[in-house]
Order: sequence, then C-alpha cells, then structure tokens
Amino acid sequence: MDVVWLQLFNGISVSSILLLIALGLAVTFGQMNVINMAHGELIMVGAYATYLTQRLFQMYLPASWFDQYFLLSILASFVAAFLIGLLLEKVLIRFLYGRPLDSLLATWGVGLVLQQLARTLFGAPNVGVKSPSWLEGGLTVTSGLSLPYKRLFILGLVAVCLLAMFLYIYRTAAGRRMRAVMQNRDMAACLGISTRRVDSMTFAIGSGLAGVAGCALTLIGPIGPTIGTYYIVDAFMVVVLGGVGKLVGTVFGALGIGLTNSLFEYWTDASLGKVLVFLCIVAFLQWKPKGFVAMRTRSLD
Amino acid sequence: MKVLQRASASRYGLATAYLLAAALLAAAPLFTSDFRLNLLAKFLAFAIAAVGLDLLWGYTGILSLGHGVFFGLGGYAMAMHLKLQASGGKLPDFMEWSGLSKLPWFWTLFQSFGMSVILGIAIPSLVALFLGYFTFRNRIRGVYFTILTQALVVISVTLITGQQAFTGGTNGITGYGELFGYSLAAPEMKIALYYVTAAVLVVVLLLSRFLVKSRFGKVLRAVRDGENRVRFLGYNPAKFQMAVFVLSAAFSGIAGMLFVLHVGIISPSMMGIVPSIEMVLWVAIGGRGTLIGAALGALLMNGAKSVFSETYPEIWLFFMGALFIVTTVFLPRGIVGLVADGWHRLRLLGRRRKGVPEHERSRYSAV
Amino acid sequence: MNDHVILRCEDVTVSFDGFKAVQGMNLELKKRGLRFLIGPNGAGKTTLLDAVCGKVKPSGGRIVFQDGIDLARRKEHQIAELGIGRKFQAPSIFPTLTVEENLELAMRQKRGVLATLRTRILSSERKLIRTRLEGIGLGGKGTLRAGGLSHGEKQWLEIGMMLMQEPSLLLLDEPAAGMTDRETDKTGELLQEIAQERAVVVVEHDMEFVRNFASIVTVMHEGRLLMEGTMDQVQADERVAEVYLGKRREATC
Repeated sequence: MDVVWLQLFNGISVSSILLLIALGLAVTFGQMNVINMAHGELIMVGAYATYLTQRLFQMYLPASWFDQYFLLSILASFVAAFLIGLLLEKVLIRFLYGRPLDSLLATWGVGLVLQQLARTLFGAPNVGVKSPSWLEGGLTVTSGLSLPYKRLFILGLVAVCLLAMFLYIYRTAAGRRMRAVMQNRDMAACLGISTRRVDSMTFAIGSGLAGVAGCALTLIGPIGPTIGTYYIVDAFMVVVLGGVGKLVGTVFGALGIGLTNSLFEYWTDASLGKVLVFLCIVAFLQWKPKGFVAMRTRSLD
Repeated sequence: MKVLQRASASRYGLATAYLLAAALLAAAPLFTSDFRLNLLAKFLAFAIAAVGLDLLWGYTGILSLGHGVFFGLGGYAMAMHLKLQASGGKLPDFMEWSGLSKLPWFWTLFQSFGMSVILGIAIPSLVALFLGYFTFRNRIRGVYFTILTQALVVISVTLITGQQAFTGGTNGITGYGELFGYSLAAPEMKIALYYVTAAVLVVVLLLSRFLVKSRFGKVLRAVRDGENRVRFLGYNPAKFQMAVFVLSAAFSGIAGMLFVLHVGIISPSMMGIVPSIEMVLWVAIGGRGTLIGAALGALLMNGAKSVFSETYPEIWLFFMGALFIVTTVFLPRGIVGLVADGWHRLRLLGRRRKGVPEHERSRYSAV
Repeated sequence: MNDHVILRCEDVTVSFDGFKAVQGMNLELKKRGLRFLIGPNGAGKTTLLDAVCGKVKPSGGRIVFQDGIDLARRKEHQIAELGIGRKFQAPSIFPTLTVEENLELAMRQKRGVLATLRTRILSSERKLIRTRLEGIGLGGKGTLRAGGLSHGEKQWLEIGMMLMQEPSLLLLDEPAAGMTDRETDKTGELLQEIAQERAVVVVEHDMEFVRNFASIVTVMHEGRLLMEGTMDQVQADERVAEVYLGKRREATC
C-alpha cells in the first residue's frame, strides 16, 4: 500500500512541475494563438541559471553561505527566462500571432538554436547541481513511506507560483487586461488596452514560470541541453487535455497527465504505461474534444 | 487568347524542366560513385515521404509531426523481413540476447517478402486511420492534432525502445545484407534499388498530382480554407482528412521500407521527434502545396545536411534552426514560391508594357 | 405532415451554458416562398437558423424537415445533403480556390471521398457554372482566386454557391449587409425569383429591404415567436412596435 501512496505522491510531484511548464503554454496559446515550441528550452535556461548561481556561490562566497544559493537561484532562473522570453516575443513571436502552426515551426527553430547554444557554452554532457543540504532527507510518514523534502519543496514552490499567478490574473489590473485581451482582443483594443504590451508581458511571465520549473528540475536530477524536450510534449498534452482560457483547466490537465503517467508506469512498465496514457487522452477527447474547459464562440471557425 | 498561349508556353517550359529532371535521375548511375548513388537513393526515399506530407500539410492544412512514426513502421516491417532472412530459420540474435526462446507470433508474418511489403504499408495506414478517426471525427484539428501526432512519436519511440526483446530496443534492427539471396551491398543491387526508388517517387508524384487536380484535391484545399464551410456544403470533412492522412502515412511507410534497403538499419532514433519535424522542414523549404517542391526540399536539405553536418555539426544545427525561423516568417511558400514569384514578376513587367488589364494580371497570383 | 410544409419547428429551445438563446420557438414554412425573420438584437434569429442547419443542437423541441426527418439527430453535412443551404453573415468562401472551383464544389453532386476522386467535370456542368457566373455578375472572373474579390463580390459568390447547391430550403443571414443600394435591390429581386422554386428564410435588420421584398414576416422576441403576418400587419401590431419598432424610435431620438 505504501508503494501506491509513494507513486501517488510522485505523480502529484510530476504534475506540479508539468503545471508550472504548461501554465505558460496555456496562456500564450489562449491569448495569442501561438504555440511556443521553444518553451522547453526556457526550462533549460532556468536550469542553467540555477547551475550558474550555484557555481558563483561555490567560487566567490564562503562555503557556509552555499545553502542559501537556491533561494536566489529561483529568482535568477525566473528573471533569465523572463528576459529571454521577452526578447523572443519582441523579435519573433509577434509576427506570428494567430498563426499557430507557423509559430510552432519557427519556435522549434529557436529551440534548436538555444539548445545548440547551451551545448557550445556548457558542453553537451549533463551537469549536476548540488542541492542545498536543508533539502536532503525526507519526511517519514510511516515506516515504509518517506516523502523526500525536495519533492515537498517543489510542491510548495509550485503552489506559491500558482497562487501568485492566480492573484495576478484575477486580482490585479494587469491581469484584468490580460483576461480582456484573451476573451475579446478587438474589443479590448477598442477600450484602449495596449494589446501589444499585454501580449509581451503575458509571454514573458509564461517564460519566467518555465524558468522556475527548470530551477525545480535541478533538484530532481542532472541537467543538460535537451532537458526541455523530455517535458515539453507532456506539457503540451496538459494543454490539450485541460483546454485553454482558465487556470483550473491547466491544473486539471496537469494532474490528469502526471497521475495517470506514474500510476500506469507502476502497474505496467514505462513504455506500455505511456501508450496507455496516450489512449486515455484520446478517449477523454472523445468526450470533451476541446479539453476540460472550453470557450464557446458564435463565429463560424 | 493570348493568355492561353502564354499559359501553354509556361506549361511547355515546365514540361521541359520535368523531363530534364527525369533524365538526370535516370542517368545518375552513369556518373556518380556507388557511395553517392546510395546517398541519392536514400534522399529519394525521403522525398517520397515529403510528398505525402505535402498532401497533408500543404494541401489540407493539417500539420503532422508524427510522420517519423509511419516512416519507422515501414522501415521496421522491411527490417524484420531482412533480419529473418539473415537469421536463416534461427532466432534473430538480439532475441537470443534478451532470453527469448521462440519467435514471437507477429514476427512470423514477416517471413514472406510480399506480406512484409503489404504490412509495411498497412500498419502505418492503420495507425493513421486509428488516430485520424478519433480526432477528425470530433473536430480535433489544428495545433491540437499536431500535438497529438507529436505525442504519438514519443510513445512509439518509448514503446519500441522499451520492448527490446521484440524490437531490438535502442539499437534497432540491423545486421542483414541480403534480399532474395542477393547482397544489398553489390553495385548492381544498389543500382537496381536506386531505380526502384526513383520509379516509386515518380509514381507517387504522379498519383499525388492526379489527386490534387481532381475534385478530391479541390475539397482538400477547401477544407484547408474553411473546414466548417465545407461541412455546410454537404461534404464530411472528417472523411477527407482521414483519407489524406492515411494516404500520406502510407507514403511514409513506403519511404521507410526503401530507406532500410538502402541503409541497412532502422532504429527508434530514426523515427523520433527530430527526424519527424525535419520532414516538415523539407516541405517548408521546398514550398508547401507544390508537391515537386516537397521532393526538391527533401533532396536539397539532405544533400546540404550530408555535406555540412559531418564537417561542421555545430553550425549545421544553428543553420537548421535559423532555416525554420526564416522559412516560416519570410518564405512561407518556400523555394518553389520564390522561383514562381520571380518568374511572374518578370512576366508582369513585360506585360505591363503591353497593357494587359489589371484583373488578368492578378490571376497569376493564384497558385 | 401536411405536404405543403417543408419545415416545422416545434417548441425549439437552444441554450448556451444555461443561457437560453431560443426558448420554445414555433415556425412553419411552406415549400415555396420568401420568409423574413426579424426581431431586435438577441432575439435568437441567427441561433434559430443555426439550429436548423445543425450548427448548434437544440436542447428541446423538434425540428422536422419534409416527411418527418428529425434534423436534431443529423450532422451538419447530412443536413446540407438533405437540401438545406445556409449563408452566414460574414462572407465565407474558399479564398485560395478560384471562383469557378468554389462553384464547382458547391454544385449539386455526390459528395463522398470516392465520388470526388472519380468525377470529371462535365461540359454541361461547366456550362452551368458559366451561366451562374454571369448571373451573379462575376462573368469574367471565373479563374481568379476568390480571396482577391471585393467584399460585395464575395457576397455574390456565396449566393452563387447557394444556388449551385439547389437546396429546397435556403437560410440566409443578412445577405444584403455591406452591399450598395443597387446591389441590395438586385439581391432582393434575386431572392424573390429563387423563392418561387423553394423555401427561403432571410434574417434581416434592414427594414427598408424587408418592406420592399417581404410577403410574410415572422417576428421573434426573446427567443420566442412574437407574431407572424404581412409587413403591414406587423407594422400595425402594438407588441411589435413596443419591442422592436418602439425601441428603434427611441434609438433614433
């Protein structure tokens, strides 16, 4: 029984990271109708930002300070991915609004370039990031079940990000503008909202969250130039499953993918588990073709 | 009347170009080395897959990032047959290493060459039919469909890698060299296989051209322009989408089979995310919705890749990334579009002097 | 069913996430004739057309076509195949196809995958398309890309496509929107002409247009039938004046 609980916990932990990644994808797709395939590489940017912060602490600061680096690296990874996302939006994405398939291909190219850049800068092999000592060990629930602090920390981190995102979208003026643009771009523009600025802000925030996800991933294992590609397809499936337009859909999608993944892998094996998850998604879409939440429109397309 | 003459003049020009290309293809074995001929044959196999993808993406507007899977399934079908031949009645080596004692039932189907070819087309088609049926029927389209095809790649690669005893795992299936008892490496065999591939490409191109020109092809383009409008005219778009998806998967399967004959190996890495999206790049570079452009794009890109990627692997990846960006943003109609635009602009210049009315000129903006 | 009736909506209700756009609408159409559907914004006119052509599924009531075919159970393309044509408010044609190809696809024909693979365009069909092109004023433009036409030409092309379909029931949503006065008159005459062969329903806001061409007008209000009659009767009706013309008068003040 403990094993099942542990699997469930792992599933939730994976879901939380997927959620962080998929949030950015869902808002950019919902609002601007672009698909950002380079999103995975923004995860990588966050991961390497964490790696760099750690290196800086190791090289220039006293060893006793080292354990605190991780808190700073969360901020560093957000800022790094945010800035790259902003740049990406300004020079490329804005030409591709409303052309989802084209944006998908162009951003795939961006992803390739970023990956190769990382390979050139940091080398092709994976690098390990040393976790702070206060995250070693785990919370013992029963004799057979211990929940690693790292994973608990990730859960907490995602919860904080989600709350911040919720407050931003539903409680601030900027978030209100964002929702307005998402629901009716033309109307919002007529009311004097600078849709351009809202768009680039949304895109950059989504990118920043991917960076934070990259930071969290350093706690789980080594990182490399292709780290993003492992997660990006699953993150897209979250968007497909959850639908666009509401946060709750993305949360549902992430839980759905994360939990079914880890449970099926436990019951069968890793490769068959993936097939079963895919079949489940296809089956779910028979019932709700537009995902868990769907926005209705009266237009023909 | 003059317009007609002009149109037929350009038609003659095109026909000459096609004939020249065909002659070049036919004569290639005369002036290229065995190694290069083998490379060219491999590219021609890729071109077959590219034409199928163009039918789907260029004409119907459905982007699949999963064609590597169909290519791979065709490749595996052929590789399994060759492996059984090479093992000569014994269990294939990788199965022994994995501790199997008996040939799995589905492997026995691949003992006959004819059956293997049929399965190499049928399996990709059935997978496409399955995915197509459950998506198009529910109007899952656009990016949603594209993402599902990419997920199909991920699960196929994981499945084949994971089931090592049945599929050879990461190493794929290799270690064979004979077809019907003739060595695949023999120069005569290479030339024969080259001609077979070239002939298949020509047939695929002609068939696709027929489809595109037929009313079926017009419905496909109409689906691309406005799926719902098509529905209110009384067509069922899902059926057309399924038909073209299955056909294009079958083309990829054929390409995969030929690929294995030229290269002698198929492995999961050849059907992954990157090879699948590379296929899309071939079509984009050559010019989507032009058929011949897709084939040209496959030849050019793979030619460039084999030249650059060995000497400058790093630059190649930067270059490929940049190509993705440049083609989608600046060159949505690819090389063929570029050439066609240049050609029409030249002629417009000529005709503006002769004073052809505006509306007749604008017809040439139609593709 | 009375054999002069082609369509009967009985107590039709359509709801979007709880909001009832149409609630208990009744409508009966004869096999031939032009029917105008009017009503203030949000009265449910477009939604009613959507329900008939299958774009939305009614949550209650029955929509019966010809000899008892229940349209609520059919898919859009099946409904179109039964002979119900629909024109949407914004012109929707196939922009990358030529004008002729647009008409060719709309032409009455077998519409299966295999059928479209086998057919070749017959010379009689080509002639029909040519005639239709002249009829909608696009005579010399058959080989042009439809996306390059002007807004009005697109409207005409779409009407042409509707005619090629040869439907027995034609549903049009503001066909004259964005047209010049002369074009509007031409549209009205065309509608009267084609309504001699089939049933035509037109949703319209342009009262001038309705007055000039309507024989029978159906007024909708808040998703229900308010009244039905000639334009004179409708204009004389107090309820209509209150919900519709009255509001109009207020608006112009």
